Amino acid sequence: MQRMSKKLLLKNANVPGIRQYDVYRREGGYVGVEKALKMQPEAIVEEVKKSGLRGRGGAGFPTGMKWSFLAKPEGVPRYLVCNADESEPGTFKDRYLMEFIPHLLIEGMIIASYALGSNNSYIYIRGEYDWVADILQEAIAEAKQNGWLGKNIQGSGFDCEMYVQRGAGAYICGEETALLESLEGKRGNPRIKPPFPAIKGLWGCPTVVNNVETIAAVVPIINEGGEAYAQIGVGKSTGTKLISACGNINKPGVYEIDMTISVEEFIYSDEYCGGIPNGKRLKACIPGGSSVPILPANLLLTTAKGEKRMMNYESLSDGGFASGSMMGSGGFIVLDEDQCIVRHTYTLARFYRHESCGQCSPCREGTGWMEKILLNIEKGKGKISDIDLLWDIQRKIEGNTICPLGDAAAWPVAAAIRHFRDEFEWHVNNPDKCLTENYGLRHYADAIHVPA
Amino acid sequence: MSEEIKTIKVTIDNITIDVAPGTTILNAARQIGGDVTPPAMCYYSKLEGSGGKCRTCLVEVAAGSTADPRPMPKLVASCRTGVMDGMIVKNITSEKVTDARNGVVEFLLLNHPLDCPICDQAGECHLQDLGYDHGKEGTRYQFARRTFKKEDLGPYIQLHMTRCILCYRCTYVADQITNKRVHGVLDRGDHAAISTYISKAIDNDFSGNMIDVCPVGALTDKTFRFKNRVWFTKPVDAHRDCQTPGCCGKATLWLRGDEVFRVTARKDEWGEVQSFDGKPGWICNTCRFETKKTSEWTIEGLTTISRHSVIGANKYKTLEMPKETVKEVMNGVEPRLLMDIHSISGVNDPSVHLSEIDRPAKKDDFKK
Repeated sequence: MQRMSKKLLLKNANVPGIRQYDVYRREGGYVGVEKALKMQPEAIVEEVKKSGLRGRGGAGFPTGMKWSFLAKPEGVPRYLVCNADESEPGTFKDRYLMEFIPHLLIEGMIIASYALGSNNSYIYIRGEYDWVADILQEAIAEAKQNGWLGKNIQGSGFDCEMYVQRGAGAYICGEETALLESLEGKRGNPRIKPPFPAIKGLWGCPTVVNNVETIAAVVPIINEGGEAYAQIGVGKSTGTKLISACGNINKPGVYEIDMTISVEEFIYSDEYCGGIPNGKRLKACIPGGSSVPILPANLLLTTAKGEKRMMNYESLSDGGFASGSMMGSGGFIVLDEDQCIVRHTYTLARFYRHESCGQCSPCREGTGWMEKILLNIEKGKGKISDIDLLWDIQRKIEGNTICPLGDAAAWPVAAAIRHFRDEFEWHVNNPDKCLTENYGLRHYADAIHVPA
Repeated sequence: MSEEIKTIKVTIDNITIDVAPGTTILNAARQIGGDVTPPAMCYYSKLEGSGGKCRTCLVEVAAGSTADPRPMPKLVASCRTGVMDGMIVKNITSEKVTDARNGVVEFLLLNHPLDCPICDQAGECHLQDLGYDHGKEGTRYQFARRTFKKEDLGPYIQLHMTRCILCYRCTYVADQITNKRVHGVLDRGDHAAISTYISKAIDNDFSGNMIDVCPVGALTDKTFRFKNRVWFTKPVDAHRDCQTPGCCGKATLWLRGDEVFRVTARKDEWGEVQSFDGKPGWICNTCRFETKKTSEWTIEGLTTISRHSVIGANKYKTLEMPKETVKEVMNGVEPRLLMDIHSISGVNDPSVHLSEIDRPAKKDDFKK
């Protein structure tokens, strides 16, 4: 029997008119704010800690912990910034959330602002989400009209203003310190850390930067309590997670999962992706947005230990980078047997080359180099030594850059070579064939022998 | 009561030193000096906010501090990482650092034109030095290098963006020393470029200092371009009573005979502008570009140049042959020849002169 997983964020997503304040309020909206304003800010942080909520932007850092790191010096304002610069290829969960239930984000923002003591909070949204920014702005105006923003919210004595700031189309501005630079009106270059934003963030003041989904998840945490939230899910993967599924699947879209289902079920069940179209077979998958390691079908569905791989933080990263991947931002990209891994890797490399800010040398120079080599291999002009060269380049980028974009550019290349080296070699050895034919599935779905 | 200055201990490549709290690893290493000092291409101690970008100064922190001896998971930029009491840093003793630094040098040279033979910076170029220390003789890069058009930044400065390594130092100079910044970084990634956007002239009393901070030949002095190689000119320290507010009036003149080919600020051993009375010794454009007669300067004497530098080669001191000391220590007695191997050798007859044989010598030639 199909078991419906619990919905917390998208529960009311299909209620007609939920985008409007009246409907959202009727469906139990802003109850969380009412409840929160009666609590002590520290108690809210405590609830979030208890909930075990992990940052939904990709890194998975415990949110309650992040909040408790926020410096609170006397007389210095603190800021909450919502990172809505969702630019990771394959990730579109935040857009869905903001477009259809904008008040959920605003409610979460108010609660979080109150908990952190931020009187001016910002939503930094990517410029391409132009219409979504309009929706948010309308929602903020509605919330303000109804007394949820502004001075002395609901008689609590807490003031909060909220602003929407549009980015100008740079992936790098999703990196929290680049985002802050851009928000301050500067060139969006990542800052050198330390100091971390919790100490010196926006305009040199203590700042918390959270992903859209993270902030939205605060609402059910306050409504139902941190412990109840922690009951959902498994282990350190608590609550629900939005997955934006795309690629070769029958039903691409945004799904809310409670992290107890397996990857196989997620891909093939009708409740979620609905399987792969045209009877094709699964070749590979990037489970968490373009920068996490790609996995071949066999390692995706089963871990190296022979266990079923589940859709949660621990299971997806089981085996480390050698045989695992990451939950990341939840951008689930499925590739069927007709997809070429070399071409795919080249596409990603081109993206990272284009989006590198150019501030630090390894990323600025290395991403362009990798792109050029990958294009050569894709076009049948590669050499076998190029594959080792690629490996060496990514190795020298990873960990040596200012911000995680360097790692994000290195990991997809590393994983592609690690798991699909023979496909790269086939491209090199068959320079003509590779232009017209595809390497296909080969052994990538074969069961891997697990020594007992 | 004397105020006690607290210092903290840091160990870099097994050398321990006491430094003031708040010192960065790089500056602590510079206090030790020598090989343990990481190279720095973008960090400039006189420019606030500089550093962290080029990644050549990466070091391994083997122990964070006495209180928390855990190692840091990644290599850190030593120019922007503060030392902690009991921190243990590995620079040249770490294989990881050497490997990463070689990688960074390769990346920096990837798109660099290597036009040193026609570049005015050659001889005093930090990238050249870095390449000598860490570079490989061949390149693994087999693609066209990115190029830019040369740009004039006003009457004095030539921008050769193709050579730029995007250290951002010149933008910090413009921000912090001149009264208005009109140039910056455009675009991003490997096509990012320093420019004034609409080729606006950089017109400012202190803009010339950008040339001094540029680690490569991207910004060069138009009054000196192609005039001479730096190692043919002779640097002397000189000063003048400069009326420009903020100008220290202390400079290095690069002479050939009595002709002043170039005026620069005085550099310290790290290639940075020297400080005088705690203030960086920036010079104004009038001193740099307009004051090119020795009569306008008071010459103090020869500039001390590192003996490893090509600039100082053969210029100040010629090698002296060490003198023969045997006679001296033997109280005037000449060393005595114990055996003249030539006279007793049965192989070569001393009476046969090889130079008189008009062909290769044979064994018969030595037979009587």
